[in-house]
Amino acid sequence: MHIYLPIAEVSVNAFLLLGLGGMVGILSGMFGVGGGFLMTPLLFFIGIPPAVAVATEANQIVASSFSGVLAHFRRKTVDLKMGCVLLVGGLLGAALGVVVFNYLKSLGQVDLLVKLCYVVFLGVVGGLMFVESLNALRKSRKGGGQVAKRRQRGWIHALPFKMRFRTSGLYISVIPPVLVGLCVGVLSAIMGVGGGFIMVPAMIYLLGMPTKVVVGTSLFQIIFVTAFTTMLHATTNYTVDIVLAVLLLVGGVIGAQVGTVIGSRMPAEQLRVLLAALVLAVCGKLALDLLLQPAELYSLGTDGGH
Amino acid sequence: MRWILALLLLSLPAAAAEEQVVLGLSQDRVAITADFDGSEILIFGAIKREAPIPDGPPLEVIVAVAGPSEPVTVRRKEKKFGIWVNTDSVLVDSAPSFYAVATSAPFKQIISDTEDLRYRISIKRAIRSVGAAMHIRQAQDFAEAVVRIREAEGLYSIRENTVAVDEQTLFRTSIDMPADLTEGDYLTRIFLIRNGQVISEFETTIDVRKVGLERFLYNMSRQQPVWYGLMSLVIAIAAGWGASTAFRLLRES
Repeated sequence: MHIYLPIAEVSVNAFLLLGLGGMVGILSGMFGVGGGFLMTPLLFFIGIPPAVAVATEANQIVASSFSGVLAHFRRKTVDLKMGCVLLVGGLLGAALGVVVFNYLKSLGQVDLLVKLCYVVFLGVVGGLMFVESLNALRKSRKGGGQVAKRRQRGWIHALPFKMRFRTSGLYISVIPPVLVGLCVGVLSAIMGVGGGFIMVPAMIYLLGMPTKVVVGTSLFQIIFVTAFTTMLHATTNYTVDIVLAVLLLVGGVIGAQVGTVIGSRMPAEQLRVLLAALVLAVCGKLALDLLLQPAELYSLGTDGGH
Repeated sequence: MRWILALLLLSLPAAAAEEQVVLGLSQDRVAITADFDGSEILIFGAIKREAPIPDGPPLEVIVAVAGPSEPVTVRRKEKKFGIWVNTDSVLVDSAPSFYAVATSAPFKQIISDTEDLRYRISIKRAIRSVGAAMHIRQAQDFAEAVVRIREAEGLYSIRENTVAVDEQTLFRTSIDMPADLTEGDYLTRIFLIRNGQVISEFETTIDVRKVGLERFLYNMSRQQPVWYGLMSLVIAIAAGWGASTAFRLLRES
């Protein structure tokens, strides 16, 4: 069954969209990532104009994250206080990111820079996670029982404005979380993603939050940042396609529920190996696109460059 | 003397339009609904003439349907520092979003190049690119790229021998319009050609419009973007919450 999308002005198969939404939704529920870094390139492949794909994806992430975060609230795995601190940075970052994005657009190189961002960030994050989680897996197999490792008290603990985060069991300065939120906000505005794939590892390795809390808290922050991004796109570029968003999120919301259940039953280390492999796969695909000679050297842009 | 001159003047336009098109369309509106999946428009007509059919090569017919034109930026990639980067770009001043040409015989055989240039019938002539910067090598390649990319997407096409002409009087053809149509007035031109010369031209428009829900959403997104954005968020969150609740109830029961 084909359906005509009013804003994207293309006709696509409705079941294809539902299926894509469902698949990405499962991953989003399992890993706490918004899934945007997978969905946005997939939408390009089926012929949705990039500007519409990015803006609509932001709207869809709001929905899939919302149902995900509800499930986490029920299991009390959301650190609200930490989420709010991250959010402050995230909103600032998103606004900053839009300014940067428009500047790059005026240079005519926004596609390339978005792709380079993807390759660099996905590569670094995916590589680090993969190595780390493989080591953790090996250790847990050898040593049997897990010994709670004390976080080393480095420079992060020397910073002022300390705050107690009860749910995470942390007593740290608010400066690192605000900075993490800020960076993620900038990236999410430039790359058109929720930013979970950056935030989840940053929370685990930089802030030292427990893995179980990380997923719910990042979903909480993503909802508000992507809602903000959606509004920015809807009012400035008119590129939010609600029909596309609804189809993706019907699949996505159901997928996210399934994913949350799967995620809670799988050991955290294996979850991280999987996520790392996924991130690396997407990174490799994008890198190949940049390195290999494209079949069509020319591309069309409709905004006319004015 | 004056009498004769007046007669001559009167007879001139009549002579110029000796053969005229009387047109019929299967539909002059294309409504883009939610389940729009492309459309086929039947274009048919007759040739009205006062005099008997002239001798010589038979009458040929060309039908050209063009979507709304807009400027297009064409970018070319080059390998720099090991990766493929957009370098040169050319602004093509106007290129139709859709262009289909149907002819009654191979295009090159029935119309002279000068006539094609004058009426801008063939695909490459329908695209206008004046402002190509001088410093860019092979600026022509950019215009050709527009044609190549849009032909691959099925938006541009030349369909030779698809206009059927009976007894040099009746003609008919059908134009397939793909699902990915842009809104606007689609200019439809019918040319009657004899001896490589256009002897008559007829123009009409096919109105391509979104209707119903499509129309409503599109208008709202342009006219009330803030409310449209908020509505999108509310719908998204409601669906998220609804599905979440439904799923939980399902598991608890």
